[in-house]
Amino acid sequence: MLKANNKVLVTISAIVLFFLIAPLIMVIITAFGTDATIAFPIHGFTLHWFANVFAQPDFVAGFKMSLIIALAASLLALVIGVPLVYALTRYNVHHQAWFQTLFLSPTFIPEIVIGFALYQGLVITVQLPLLLTLLIGHFLLCLPYVVRLVTASMVLMDEHIEEAAWVYGSSRLKAFLTVTIPNIRASLVAAFMLCFINSFNNIPISLFLNGPDLSMLPTAILNYLQNNYDPTVSAISVLLMLFTAAMMLLVEKGLGLKALNEM
Amino acid sequence: MKNRSAFLLLLPGVLAICLFLFFPLLQTIWPTLGGSGYSHFLHSGYNRNVLGRTLLIAVITTALALGLGLPLALWIARQKASVKSLLSVVILFPILTNAVVRNFTWIIILGKDGVLNKVLLGLHLTQHPVTLLYTNAAIVIGSVYLFLPIMVTSLIGSVDELNIEVEEAAAVLGAKPWTTLTKVIIPQLTTGILTGSILVFAGAMTAYTTPQLLGGNRHLVMSTLIYQQAMTLGDWNQASVVAVVLIIMTVIVMGLMRLVTRWLDRRPANA
Repeated sequence: MLKANNKVLVTISAIVLFFLIAPLIMVIITAFGTDATIAFPIHGFTLHWFANVFAQPDFVAGFKMSLIIALAASLLALVIGVPLVYALTRYNVHHQAWFQTLFLSPTFIPEIVIGFALYQGLVITVQLPLLLTLLIGHFLLCLPYVVRLVTASMVLMDEHIEEAAWVYGSSRLKAFLTVTIPNIRASLVAAFMLCFINSFNNIPISLFLNGPDLSMLPTAILNYLQNNYDPTVSAISVLLMLFTAAMMLLVEKGLGLKALNEM
Repeated sequence: MKNRSAFLLLLPGVLAICLFLFFPLLQTIWPTLGGSGYSHFLHSGYNRNVLGRTLLIAVITTALALGLGLPLALWIARQKASVKSLLSVVILFPILTNAVVRNFTWIIILGKDGVLNKVLLGLHLTQHPVTLLYTNAAIVIGSVYLFLPIMVTSLIGSVDELNIEVEEAAAVLGAKPWTTLTKVIIPQLTTGILTGSILVFAGAMTAYTTPQLLGGNRHLVMSTLIYQQAMTLGDWNQASVVAVVLIIMTVIVMGLMRLVTRWLDRRPANA
């Protein structure tokens, strides 16, 4: 029997956990060093690099842009995704599996290819504005999360509750808004959070879709990193980790983190 | 009437996918057909190298993530509920943290003046700094770091369903831990192992940030090759060819995953 205190199992697990955590802790430490380049162990202590993060216009503008795009793309994915999931789970749609695959199809295409194709097909050929195309790309990234999570909870929800509302004279729309939505609320929030985090963190889709006045935070950091090697990147890493932790805390308070494991 | 509502509810989604995904993809794929793009791609030894590197990195990354992730998943599943939820936070945190941040940590560790080189020099294991960054190995390490948590999450689902009594039975019958692992535990985890492996494989094969930051310009993979062909060399047609080859590779991997899961679902429970 393989026990929890099996020496080999414990040793490997400890090493793997160290491998997962230690690098992140090390980055946090390097953000406070006084040397002009990243050094570990650090010398001295300063908060200068955090101030320097906010002195980078690309980072500040990128953060705002990433926030806006992530919010807009997540909402758009819900607005388009929830009705189609409703149709697929509550109506007798022909070729249901085929539709399901269609709506999950963005996951079959490598993200960098989506960004590349959108740039070629929409920006160059159709002359769509860059910002709109960026939003479309992030919407494509988000839609499959909505389809998967909301479908799962619509299937689990008892259809009879909705039917009861219709019997008592409620319209289909009113029943959906007042009965169905509250019942699938948890999956809607979880889908929104997953969309938001993944859009906010995404690089490959935004890669081709940036211009002189349009840069997302991750691509801005990537650009900065290609020309500089100073603890500013460590400092913004710390801020991004705090951001992740805040998001996790928010989900934990609302739903429990298990909701995010259903990716 | 009923069909009409369903149609109206599905319409925005269908239109969005067709106009915003299929139309741009066709715009990318169409010009590459008929020309000499593909034969040109496959005849170049450089490109075949990139293709091979991409696949090799994906294979090694998947194997390492599985080898490291399985023991951790087994160990986590055997902990008390409180420890378990703490550990699941530790696993989830990296998944939700920006990939730039996670790759950046390895620049600090593997760089010429990096942490690892300082340790090696300090222990007199080497006289001169070793080139660790901007190598294939660096891409593999970064990819394992990036995808290991996803492997562990996929495995924990299956590990939680394991029936501990079967292991006890094996122990009573005299099986050593290693035999229990290979003959009793792993066969019950096929679904989790396959799902995790294919997720990691597809992810590692198409990732951009890791090879870009840790591989440098001399160790290109398919995704960084697309970017280089398009943005640095301005050869959009060749970039499209590389993109199509990468799509085909992904579709094959994802198709394989569907086949395997379907096959596992049909398999009788006691097989």
